[in-house]
Amino acid sequence: MNQTHDANPAHEAGSVYDGLLAGEADGHWAFGTSFEDPLAGVDTTVPEGVDPGDLAGYCLMLGDDALVLSHRLTEWCSNAPDLEEDVALANIALDLLGQARLLLARAAAADPAVVPALPDGSPVPPEDALAFFRDEPHFRNVRLVEAPTGDFAATVTRLFLCACWRLALLERLATSRDQVLAAVAAKGVTEVTYHRDYAARWLVTLAQGTEESRRRTSTALASLWPAVDELFGSHGVEPRMAAAGAGVDPATVRADVDAVVDQVLAAAGLERPQVPAMSGVRDRTGRDGLHTEAFGHLLAEMQAVARAHPMGMW
Amino acid sequence: MSEVRAEPPQAQWPLYEVFVRGKRGLNHVHVGSLHAADDQMALRHARDVYTRRNEGVSIWVVRSADITASSPDEKDPLFAPSGDKVYRHPTFYDIPADVPHM
Repeated sequence: MNQTHDANPAHEAGSVYDGLLAGEADGHWAFGTSFEDPLAGVDTTVPEGVDPGDLAGYCLMLGDDALVLSHRLTEWCSNAPDLEEDVALANIALDLLGQARLLLARAAAADPAVVPALPDGSPVPPEDALAFFRDEPHFRNVRLVEAPTGDFAATVTRLFLCACWRLALLERLATSRDQVLAAVAAKGVTEVTYHRDYAARWLVTLAQGTEESRRRTSTALASLWPAVDELFGSHGVEPRMAAAGAGVDPATVRADVDAVVDQVLAAAGLERPQVPAMSGVRDRTGRDGLHTEAFGHLLAEMQAVARAHPMGMW
Repeated sequence: MSEVRAEPPQAQWPLYEVFVRGKRGLNHVHVGSLHAADDQMALRHARDVYTRRNEGVSIWVVRSADITASSPDEKDPLFAPSGDKVYRHPTFYDIPADVPHM
Protein backbone atom coordinates (compact mmCIF):
# COMPACT_ATOMS: atom_id res chain seq x y z
CA MET A 1 0.00 0.00 0.00
CA ASN A 2 2.78 2.40 0.90
CA GLN A 3 4.52 1.86 -2.38
CA THR A 4 1.35 2.50 -4.31
CA HIS A 5 0.78 5.60 -2.24
CA ASP A 6 4.28 6.97 -2.70
CA ALA A 7 4.25 6.30 -6.43
CA ASN A 8 1.12 8.36 -6.78
CA PRO A 9 1.76 11.84 -8.17
CA ALA A 10 -1.07 13.17 -6.03
CA HIS A 11 1.04 12.52 -2.96
CA GLU A 12 3.44 15.32 -3.70
CA ALA A 13 0.60 17.74 -4.12
CA GLY A 14 -0.53 16.77 -0.61
CA SER A 15 -3.49 14.60 0.23
CA VAL A 16 -6.13 15.15 2.88
CA TYR A 17 -4.77 12.17 4.75
CA ASP A 18 -1.24 13.48 5.10
CA GLY A 19 -2.22 15.18 8.34
CA LEU A 20 -2.94 11.81 9.90
CA LEU A 21 0.70 10.88 9.83
CA ALA A 22 2.33 12.40 12.89
CA GLY A 23 5.03 14.63 11.51
CA GLU A 24 7.74 16.63 13.21
CA ALA A 25 9.13 15.29 16.46
CA ASP A 26 6.00 13.82 17.99
CA GLY A 27 5.63 10.72 15.86
CA HIS A 28 6.28 8.45 18.82
CA TRP A 29 3.11 9.57 20.57
CA ALA A 30 -0.14 7.82 19.86
CA PHE A 31 -1.97 10.91 18.70
CA GLY A 32 0.65 13.65 18.45
CA THR A 33 1.23 16.34 21.01
CA SER A 34 2.36 19.85 20.06
CA PHE A 35 2.29 21.36 23.52
CA GLU A 36 2.32 25.11 23.54
CA ASP A 37 4.79 27.17 25.51
CA PRO A 38 2.56 29.47 27.57
CA LEU A 39 5.17 32.20 27.68
CA ALA A 40 6.40 32.03 24.11
CA GLY A 41 6.71 35.54 22.74
CA VAL A 42 5.56 37.17 25.98
CA ASP A 43 7.09 40.51 26.89
CA THR A 44 8.88 40.08 30.24
CA THR A 45 9.70 43.72 30.97
CA VAL A 46 8.04 45.13 34.09
CA PRO A 47 5.28 47.50 32.93
CA GLU A 48 5.63 51.17 33.71
CA GLY A 49 4.00 52.22 36.95
CA VAL A 50 4.37 48.76 38.51
CA ASP A 51 6.82 48.48 41.39
CA PRO A 52 9.16 45.51 40.73
CA GLY A 53 9.20 44.64 44.43
CA ASP A 54 5.39 44.58 44.55
CA LEU A 55 5.24 42.49 41.38
CA ALA A 56 7.69 39.98 42.86
CA GLY A 57 5.80 39.85 46.15
CA TYR A 58 2.49 39.38 44.36
CA CYS A 59 3.87 36.58 42.17
CA LEU A 60 5.26 34.88 45.28
CA MET A 61 1.80 34.96 46.87
CA LEU A 62 0.02 33.38 43.93
CA GLY A 63 2.95 31.07 43.21
CA ASP A 64 3.24 29.86 46.81
CA ASP A 65 -0.51 29.16 46.97
CA ALA A 66 -0.15 26.91 43.94
CA LEU A 67 3.09 25.29 45.09
CA VAL A 68 1.87 24.37 48.56
CA LEU A 69 -1.54 23.13 47.41
CA SER A 70 0.21 21.12 44.72
CA HIS A 71 2.45 19.52 47.32
CA ARG A 72 -0.52 18.62 49.52
CA LEU A 73 -2.26 16.99 46.54
CA THR A 74 0.81 14.96 45.64
CA GLU A 75 0.60 13.33 49.05
CA TRP A 76 -2.17 11.24 47.48
CA CYS A 77 0.13 9.71 44.88
CA SER A 78 -0.32 5.92 45.06
CA ASN A 79 -2.74 6.38 48.00
CA ALA A 80 -5.94 7.62 46.35
CA PRO A 81 -9.17 5.58 46.61
CA ASP A 82 -8.60 4.16 43.12
CA LEU A 83 -6.28 4.45 40.17
CA GLU A 84 -8.41 6.94 38.25
CA GLU A 85 -8.64 9.36 41.18
CA ASP A 86 -4.92 8.95 41.81
CA VAL A 87 -4.16 10.14 38.30
CA ALA A 88 -6.79 12.90 38.49
CA LEU A 89 -5.28 14.33 41.68
CA ALA A 90 -1.77 14.08 40.27
CA ASN A 91 -2.90 15.94 37.12
CA ILE A 92 -4.32 18.75 39.22
CA ALA A 93 -1.16 18.90 41.32
CA LEU A 94 0.92 19.13 38.14
CA ASP A 95 -1.25 21.93 36.77
CA LEU A 96 -0.68 23.89 39.96
CA LEU A 97 3.02 23.10 40.00
CA GLY A 98 3.26 24.47 36.46
CA GLN A 99 1.55 27.69 37.56
CA ALA A 100 3.87 27.91 40.56
CA ARG A 101 6.95 27.48 38.41
CA LEU A 102 6.02 30.30 36.07
CA LEU A 103 4.98 32.61 38.89
CA LEU A 104 8.11 32.00 40.96
CA ALA A 105 10.25 32.50 37.87
CA ARG A 106 8.40 35.77 37.27
CA ALA A 107 9.01 36.85 40.87
CA ALA A 108 12.73 36.16 40.53
CA ALA A 109 12.94 38.03 37.22
CA ALA A 110 11.04 41.05 38.60
CA ASP A 111 13.14 41.35 41.77
CA PRO A 112 16.22 39.09 42.04
CA ALA A 113 16.58 40.16 45.69
CA VAL A 114 13.79 37.73 46.69
CA VAL A 115 15.84 34.69 45.61
CA PRO A 116 17.81 33.05 48.43
CA ALA A 117 21.58 32.96 47.98
CA LEU A 118 23.11 29.64 46.95
CA PRO A 119 26.76 28.57 46.74
CA ASP A 120 28.67 29.98 43.78
CA GLY A 121 28.23 27.87 40.68
CA SER A 122 25.03 26.23 41.85
CA PRO A 123 22.97 25.12 38.83
CA VAL A 124 19.67 25.52 40.74
CA PRO A 125 17.38 27.85 38.73
CA PRO A 126 15.82 30.82 40.56
CA GLU A 127 12.31 29.31 40.72
CA ASP A 128 13.73 26.18 42.36
CA ALA A 129 15.77 28.27 44.77
CA LEU A 130 12.57 30.04 45.78
CA ALA A 131 10.66 26.78 46.22
CA PHE A 132 13.30 24.75 48.01
CA PHE A 133 15.66 27.17 49.78
CA ARG A 134 13.34 29.72 51.33
CA ASP A 135 12.52 29.49 55.02
CA GLU A 136 9.00 29.39 56.37
CA PRO A 137 8.60 33.13 57.14
CA HIS A 138 9.35 33.97 53.51
CA PHE A 139 6.49 31.89 52.12
CA ARG A 140 3.49 34.08 51.29
CA ASN A 141 0.77 31.44 50.77
CA VAL A 142 -2.59 31.60 52.52
CA ARG A 143 -2.95 29.15 55.40
CA LEU A 144 -5.84 27.24 53.81
CA VAL A 145 -3.49 25.52 51.35
CA GLU A 146 -1.09 24.30 54.03
CA ALA A 147 -3.66 22.56 56.26
CA PRO A 148 -2.92 18.83 56.56
CA THR A 149 -4.37 16.82 53.70
CA GLY A 150 -6.73 14.74 55.80
CA ASP A 151 -9.10 12.26 54.17
CA PHE A 152 -10.49 12.33 50.64
CA ALA A 153 -13.46 14.46 51.71
CA ALA A 154 -11.14 17.07 53.21
CA THR A 155 -8.98 17.03 50.06
CA VAL A 156 -11.96 17.57 47.80
CA THR A 157 -13.45 20.26 50.06
CA ARG A 158 -10.21 22.23 50.28
CA LEU A 159 -9.62 21.92 46.56
CA PHE A 160 -13.12 23.17 45.87
CA LEU A 161 -12.75 26.24 48.09
CA CYS A 162 -9.30 27.04 46.68
CA ALA A 163 -10.35 26.52 43.07
CA CYS A 164 -13.42 28.79 43.35
CA TRP A 165 -11.24 31.55 44.79
CA ARG A 166 -8.27 31.11 42.49
CA LEU A 167 -10.45 30.94 39.41
CA ALA A 168 -12.03 34.28 40.32
CA LEU A 169 -8.55 35.80 40.76
CA LEU A 170 -7.13 34.35 37.54
CA GLU A 171 -10.12 35.42 35.45
CA ARG A 172 -9.50 39.02 36.43
CA LEU A 173 -5.74 38.65 36.22
CA ALA A 174 -5.98 37.64 32.56
CA THR A 175 -6.20 41.36 31.73
CA SER A 176 -3.20 42.28 33.89
CA ARG A 177 -0.87 44.91 32.47
CA ASP A 178 1.98 42.54 33.22
CA GLN A 179 2.14 40.32 30.16
CA VAL A 180 3.56 37.37 32.06
CA LEU A 181 0.85 37.44 34.73
CA ALA A 182 -1.77 37.80 32.02
CA ALA A 183 -0.42 34.79 30.13
CA VAL A 184 -0.11 32.62 33.24
CA ALA A 185 -3.64 33.58 34.27
CA ALA A 186 -5.14 32.91 30.85
CA LYS A 187 -3.62 29.44 30.81
CA GLY A 188 -4.52 28.85 34.46
CA VAL A 189 -8.19 29.70 33.97
CA THR A 190 -8.80 26.57 31.88
CA GLU A 191 -6.90 24.43 34.37
CA VAL A 192 -8.59 25.74 37.50
CA THR A 193 -12.00 25.59 35.83
CA TYR A 194 -11.47 21.85 35.58
CA HIS A 195 -10.19 21.64 39.18
CA ARG A 196 -13.34 23.36 40.38
CA ASP A 197 -15.54 21.09 38.31
CA TYR A 198 -13.76 17.99 39.61
CA ALA A 199 -13.93 19.09 43.24
CA ALA A 200 -17.52 20.36 43.09
CA ARG A 201 -18.76 17.08 41.60
CA TRP A 202 -17.06 15.08 44.31
CA LEU A 203 -18.24 17.44 47.03
CA VAL A 204 -21.86 16.96 45.98
CA THR A 205 -21.38 13.20 45.51
CA LEU A 206 -19.84 12.73 48.94
CA ALA A 207 -22.27 15.02 50.74
CA GLN A 208 -25.24 13.26 49.13
CA GLY A 209 -23.70 9.81 49.39
CA THR A 210 -23.68 7.57 52.42
CA GLU A 211 -24.12 8.65 56.02
CA GLU A 212 -20.37 8.22 56.53
CA SER A 213 -19.32 10.20 53.45
CA ARG A 214 -21.70 12.99 54.43
CA ARG A 215 -20.35 13.07 57.97
CA ARG A 216 -16.79 13.28 56.70
CA THR A 217 -17.62 16.03 54.22
CA SER A 218 -19.40 18.25 56.72
CA THR A 219 -16.59 17.68 59.24
CA ALA A 220 -14.04 18.71 56.60
CA LEU A 221 -16.00 21.81 55.67
CA ALA A 222 -16.27 22.88 59.31
CA SER A 223 -12.57 22.37 59.96
CA LEU A 224 -11.44 24.24 56.82
CA TRP A 225 -13.93 27.07 57.00
CA PRO A 226 -12.04 29.21 59.57
CA ALA A 227 -9.26 29.65 56.99
CA VAL A 228 -11.63 30.95 54.28
CA ASP A 229 -11.81 34.55 55.52
CA GLU A 230 -8.10 34.96 54.98
CA LEU A 231 -8.56 34.34 51.24
CA PHE A 232 -10.30 37.68 50.91
CA GLY A 233 -8.03 39.74 53.12
CA SER A 234 -6.11 42.48 51.33
CA HIS A 235 -2.42 42.50 52.03
CA GLY A 236 -0.58 45.75 51.26
CA VAL A 237 0.84 44.46 47.99
CA GLU A 238 -2.43 43.39 46.41
CA PRO A 239 -4.32 46.70 46.44
CA ARG A 240 -1.20 48.45 45.11
CA MET A 241 -0.90 45.91 42.30
CA ALA A 242 -4.62 46.28 41.58
CA ALA A 243 -4.28 50.07 41.47
CA ALA A 244 -1.43 49.69 38.98
CA GLY A 245 -3.68 47.55 36.78
CA ALA A 246 -1.45 44.53 37.20
CA GLY A 247 -3.03 42.59 40.08
CA VAL A 248 -6.33 41.74 41.73
CA ASP A 249 -7.44 42.80 45.21
CA PRO A 250 -8.92 39.58 46.64
CA ALA A 251 -11.46 41.60 48.63
CA THR A 252 -13.17 42.39 45.32
CA VAL A 253 -13.85 38.77 44.37
CA ARG A 254 -15.66 37.75 47.54
CA ALA A 255 -19.21 38.23 46.25
CA ASP A 256 -18.54 36.18 43.12
CA VAL A 257 -16.83 33.37 45.03
CA ASP A 258 -19.57 33.32 47.67
CA ALA A 259 -22.21 32.90 44.97
CA VAL A 260 -20.48 29.84 43.49
CA VAL A 261 -19.73 28.28 46.87
CA ASP A 262 -23.33 28.79 48.01
CA GLN A 263 -24.66 27.22 44.82
CA VAL A 264 -22.57 24.07 45.26
CA LEU A 265 -23.23 23.85 49.00
CA ALA A 266 -26.95 24.05 48.22
CA ALA A 267 -26.64 21.20 45.71
CA ALA A 268 -24.72 19.25 48.34
CA GLY A 269 -27.30 20.02 51.01
CA LEU A 270 -24.65 21.57 53.25
CA GLU A 271 -24.81 24.77 55.29
CA ARG A 272 -22.07 27.35 55.63
CA PRO A 273 -20.41 26.47 58.94
CA GLN A 274 -20.92 29.02 61.70
CA VAL A 275 -17.38 29.08 63.02
CA PRO A 276 -15.11 32.00 63.85
CA ALA A 277 -12.38 32.91 61.41
CA MET A 278 -8.83 31.76 62.12
CA SER A 279 -6.96 34.59 63.77
CA GLY A 280 -3.61 36.01 62.79
CA VAL A 281 -0.93 37.23 65.14
CA ARG A 282 -0.93 41.02 65.38
CA ASP A 283 -2.82 41.06 62.11
CA ARG A 284 -0.17 38.95 60.41
CA THR A 285 -1.41 35.95 58.40
CA GLY A 286 -0.09 33.56 55.76
CA ARG A 287 0.50 36.39 53.28
CA ASP A 288 2.88 37.95 55.84
CA GLY A 289 4.80 34.72 56.33
CA LEU A 290 2.94 33.64 59.44
CA HIS A 291 2.06 29.96 59.11
CA THR A 292 0.62 27.04 61.04
CA GLU A 293 2.58 24.26 62.68
CA ALA A 294 1.74 21.84 59.87
CA PHE A 295 3.55 24.04 57.38
CA GLY A 296 6.95 23.43 58.95
CA HIS A 297 6.54 19.70 58.50
CA LEU A 298 5.40 20.19 54.91
CA LEU A 299 8.45 22.32 54.07
CA ALA A 300 10.81 19.85 55.71
CA GLU A 301 9.51 17.07 53.51
CA MET A 302 9.34 19.17 50.37
CA GLN A 303 12.77 20.77 50.72
CA ALA A 304 14.95 18.15 52.41
CA VAL A 305 16.38 16.54 49.26
CA ALA A 306 17.04 19.79 47.41
CA ARG A 307 18.68 21.37 50.45
CA ALA A 308 20.97 18.38 50.91
CA HIS A 309 22.25 18.93 47.36
CA PRO A 310 22.52 22.66 46.66
CA MET A 311 24.86 21.88 43.75
CA GLY A 312 22.58 19.18 42.38
CA MET A 313 21.28 19.01 38.83
CA TRP A 314 17.70 17.75 38.49
CA MET B 1 -25.78 11.73 37.29
CA SER B 2 -26.76 11.70 33.65
CA GLU B 3 -28.73 8.51 33.87
CA VAL B 4 -29.85 6.54 36.86
CA ARG B 5 -29.91 2.81 36.38
CA ALA B 6 -31.81 0.62 38.79
CA GLU B 7 -29.15 -1.82 39.91
CA PRO B 8 -28.15 -3.19 43.27
CA PRO B 9 -25.02 -1.63 44.85
CA GLN B 10 -21.78 -3.22 43.69
CA ALA B 11 -18.42 -3.56 45.38
CA GLN B 12 -16.66 -2.09 42.36
CA TRP B 13 -17.55 0.62 39.87
CA PRO B 14 -18.63 -0.68 36.46
CA LEU B 15 -16.12 -0.94 33.64
CA TYR B 16 -16.15 1.52 30.73
CA GLU B 17 -14.40 1.43 27.37
CA VAL B 18 -12.75 4.65 26.24
CA PHE B 19 -12.45 5.99 22.69
CA VAL B 20 -10.39 9.07 21.92
CA ARG B 21 -10.19 11.12 18.76
CA GLY B 22 -6.79 12.70 18.29
CA LYS B 23 -6.19 16.18 16.97
CA ARG B 24 -5.35 14.86 13.55
CA GLY B 25 -7.58 11.83 13.65
CA LEU B 26 -10.81 11.45 11.79
CA ASN B 27 -12.21 8.70 13.95
CA HIS B 28 -12.35 7.74 17.61
CA VAL B 29 -9.86 5.04 18.52
CA HIS B 30 -10.21 2.59 21.38
CA VAL B 31 -7.50 3.44 23.92
CA GLY B 32 -8.39 1.37 26.97
CA SER B 33 -10.84 0.96 29.78
CA LEU B 34 -11.49 2.31 33.26
CA HIS B 35 -13.85 2.13 36.21
CA ALA B 36 -16.36 4.84 37.04
CA ALA B 37 -19.57 5.19 38.99
CA ASP B 38 -21.57 6.76 36.16
CA ASP B 39 -21.30 8.04 32.60
CA GLN B 40 -20.21 11.56 33.53
CA MET B 41 -17.54 10.33 35.92
CA ALA B 42 -16.32 7.95 33.22
CA LEU B 43 -15.90 10.87 30.84
CA ARG B 44 -13.86 12.79 33.39
CA HIS B 45 -11.79 9.79 34.35
CA ALA B 46 -11.09 9.23 30.67
CA ARG B 47 -9.93 12.82 30.36
CA ASP B 48 -7.63 12.38 33.34
CA VAL B 49 -6.22 8.98 32.46
CA TYR B 50 -6.12 8.93 28.65
CA THR B 51 -5.71 12.52 27.44
CA ARG B 52 -3.14 13.89 29.90
CA ARG B 53 -0.42 13.95 27.26
CA ASN B 54 -2.44 16.15 24.97
CA GLU B 55 -3.72 13.23 22.91
CA GLY B 56 -7.31 14.04 22.34
CA VAL B 57 -9.92 16.53 21.26
CA SER B 58 -12.95 14.31 21.78
CA ILE B 59 -13.81 11.38 24.04
CA TRP B 60 -16.45 8.68 23.89
CA VAL B 61 -17.12 6.36 26.80
CA VAL B 62 -19.42 3.38 26.80
CA ARG B 63 -20.11 0.78 29.41
CA SER B 64 -18.25 -2.38 28.56
CA ALA B 65 -21.41 -4.35 29.34
CA ASP B 66 -23.22 -2.44 26.58
CA ILE B 67 -20.86 -3.62 23.87
CA THR B 68 -21.99 -6.62 21.88
CA ALA B 69 -18.91 -8.50 20.74
CA SER B 70 -18.42 -11.44 18.44
CA SER B 71 -17.35 -14.62 20.16
CA PRO B 72 -14.05 -16.37 19.45
CA ASP B 73 -16.14 -19.53 18.88
CA GLU B 74 -17.74 -17.87 15.88
CA LYS B 75 -14.43 -16.86 14.38
CA ASP B 76 -14.41 -19.36 11.55
CA PRO B 77 -18.01 -19.04 10.36
CA LEU B 78 -17.77 -15.24 10.53
CA PHE B 79 -14.36 -14.54 9.07
CA ALA B 80 -12.89 -17.57 7.35
CA PRO B 81 -15.14 -17.29 4.25
CA SER B 82 -13.58 -13.97 3.25
CA GLY B 83 -10.06 -15.34 3.52
CA ASP B 84 -9.75 -16.60 -0.03
CA LYS B 85 -11.78 -13.97 -1.88
CA VAL B 86 -8.99 -11.73 -3.00
CA TYR B 87 -11.14 -10.44 -5.86
CA ARG B 88 -13.09 -8.40 -3.32
CA HIS B 89 -10.13 -6.04 -3.01
CA PRO B 90 -10.37 -3.20 -5.53
CA THR B 91 -6.87 -3.84 -6.77
CA PHE B 92 -7.68 -5.18 -10.19
CA TYR B 93 -8.29 -1.83 -11.78
CA ASP B 94 -5.91 0.50 -13.50
CA ILE B 95 -6.27 3.94 -11.96
CA PRO B 96 -5.95 6.76 -14.49
CA ALA B 97 -3.06 9.08 -13.62
CA ASP B 98 -5.34 12.12 -13.37
CA VAL B 99 -7.51 10.73 -10.58
CA PRO B 100 -6.35 12.33 -7.31
CA HIS B 101 -6.51 11.07 -3.72
CA MET B 102 -6.35 7.33 -4.41
